[in-house]
Amino acid sequence: MLGEGILKGLAETAKNFVGSFVSAERLTTVQYPEERIAPIEATRDFPFLVYDGNDWEAGMRCVACQICEKECPPKCIYIVKSTEKKPDAFGKLQIYPARFDIDISVCMSCQICVEVCPFEAIKMDTEFELSRTDRFGGLLFDRKELSKSNEHYHKIHPTEAAEVDARLAEEKAKADAKAKAAAAAAAAKAAAPAKPVAIPGNPDAKPETGETKP
Amino acid sequence: MIENADQIFVLLKHWLIGFLPTGLQGVAGVLLSVVGIIAVFPTLFALAVWMERKGLARMQNRRGPNRVGPFGLLQPIADAVKSLTKEDIVPLRADAVVHFMAPVVLTVVVFMGVAVLPMGRNMTLAPMDAGLLFFFAMGASTELAVFMAGWSSRNKYSLLGAMRGVAQMISYEVPLLMSSVAVVMITGSLSLDKIVAAQNQYTWGLPHWYIFTPWGLAAFLMYAIAATAETNRSPFDLPEGESELVAGYFTEYSGFKWALFFLGEYVGMLSISGLGTTLFLGGWSAPLASLGWVPSWFWFFSKVLMSIVVFIWIRGTLPRLRQDQLMNFAWKFVLPFTLLDLLVAALWRFMNDSWARWMVCSMILLLAYALMGGVGMSREHFGLRKYRYAE
Repeated sequence: MLGEGILKGLAETAKNFVGSFVSAERLTTVQYPEERIAPIEATRDFPFLVYDGNDWEAGMRCVACQICEKECPPKCIYIVKSTEKKPDAFGKLQIYPARFDIDISVCMSCQICVEVCPFEAIKMDTEFELSRTDRFGGLLFDRKELSKSNEHYHKIHPTEAAEVDARLAEEKAKADAKAKAAAAAAAAKAAAPAKPVAIPGNPDAKPETGETKP
Repeated sequence: MIENADQIFVLLKHWLIGFLPTGLQGVAGVLLSVVGIIAVFPTLFALAVWMERKGLARMQNRRGPNRVGPFGLLQPIADAVKSLTKEDIVPLRADAVVHFMAPVVLTVVVFMGVAVLPMGRNMTLAPMDAGLLFFFAMGASTELAVFMAGWSSRNKYSLLGAMRGVAQMISYEVPLLMSSVAVVMITGSLSLDKIVAAQNQYTWGLPHWYIFTPWGLAAFLMYAIAATAETNRSPFDLPEGESELVAGYFTEYSGFKWALFFLGEYVGMLSISGLGTTLFLGGWSAPLASLGWVPSWFWFFSKVLMSIVVFIWIRGTLPRLRQDQLMNFAWKFVLPFTLLDLLVAALWRFMNDSWARWMVCSMILLLAYALMGGVGMSREHFGLRKYRYAE
């Protein structure tokens, strides 16, 4: 009969209307600034630079290799290499970025910089409340603003951070072992041939402490 | 005290104009009533917008506006401030004068229609003998505003919206009038005050509202359908179908002119609900004789707001019609049915007051409804859509 469907539809909307007051699970809206739902682990928005230890400048993992700068599709990364080296968190001498800027307003959150980084130095953040009063300068993050501790990384992406830490520890152990072996070999070499070969012009024969190039 | 509550606005007006010299009292009284209407209806408009946004949200399991004020009640004020401070853009190639006049005409005409509605005992601004006629004259003028807006904007969406609007409004104007004519036939008067007075009687404590008669119920249903179409409400909101026409005839309006269109639309909805209340729901009369002590204006406005609730409910339920469905529905179902209803009303008028009258009138209308509905639904261009390729 004509109008039957309309009555059915009206009953349906009435059911939803009343139901939204009665049952809380019908209302899926999260009252955002007051209520928040924890972001899922795979959440990502903009990159940040990881540092080890407590001092962001000393512990920065980035060695200014500029791979991310070259790979970045929208070209939002700007890096200036330092002229001198300084020891990183493991005491190794490294070049460091004298400038590392990311224009957040240009970044498209593609995560390519993270994937190409061989040093696990750049990772994706979950911080999304980035509104600024200055839309140009305010959204151009320098290396201080970009630096976040490894603890922060563990907090936002625990599984991934644990994997990264394990990998880094493994690499470090390997490097240490290699360095130790090299040192031992050098020591043995120095001890065994009692007669010095004495080739002139080879002053830096002493083994380097840890320039690992796997 | 309770008698005073019923007449509180009338007494207030008399008390206020009592301060003026006798020569000015007539004009001042009218002006005061106008100010009252211009204060009350935009307030109701704000309330209706709030109700609509909250109600629709709840039907879709959302919360609706809840940031501005308690329960989001101050949201309309925020909206008003927003539209007042927005830039008013007139398209370069638009007809500036007509473009400016359209919202003004709409608002004026819509408020004029409100003037004849009896909003309570002794609370009609212009108690005309031909109040119904005046109301429909004003209601029909809104089409002019719609067309002015669409034509002057020089925008294809505006023009299409206006064309659709005018076609729809003229089509549904006919059943709207015809369903009201049934009431006029029974009452024998075009005066809205007399129509309310005729319904303000009680048998066994129950009111003599026209909706409680077979012909009245049928006329009310047809009136409700036509009123929905007349005010461009969903499911008949083709003139401003967002998915097709941006915003229809007021696409090129911004800022406060747009707000005036919005106001005009809602006040039009309120006034057409007010007329429906007056014609079929007993106007300001109480639903039970024992509730006669409640102020009459309370009943009028609560009935109007109830109609608004139904409008919102329907908007939350039904999808938009197609243009051909709209026209077919008007000319092939609503109009014939209202014509038949006129016949039944005449029958009701001339049969003796007995159960036979109820039986005969109800049977005719029910049979006609079932038959017309059945035939209509089985017809290809009117009924359920047949999919040739899909499915």
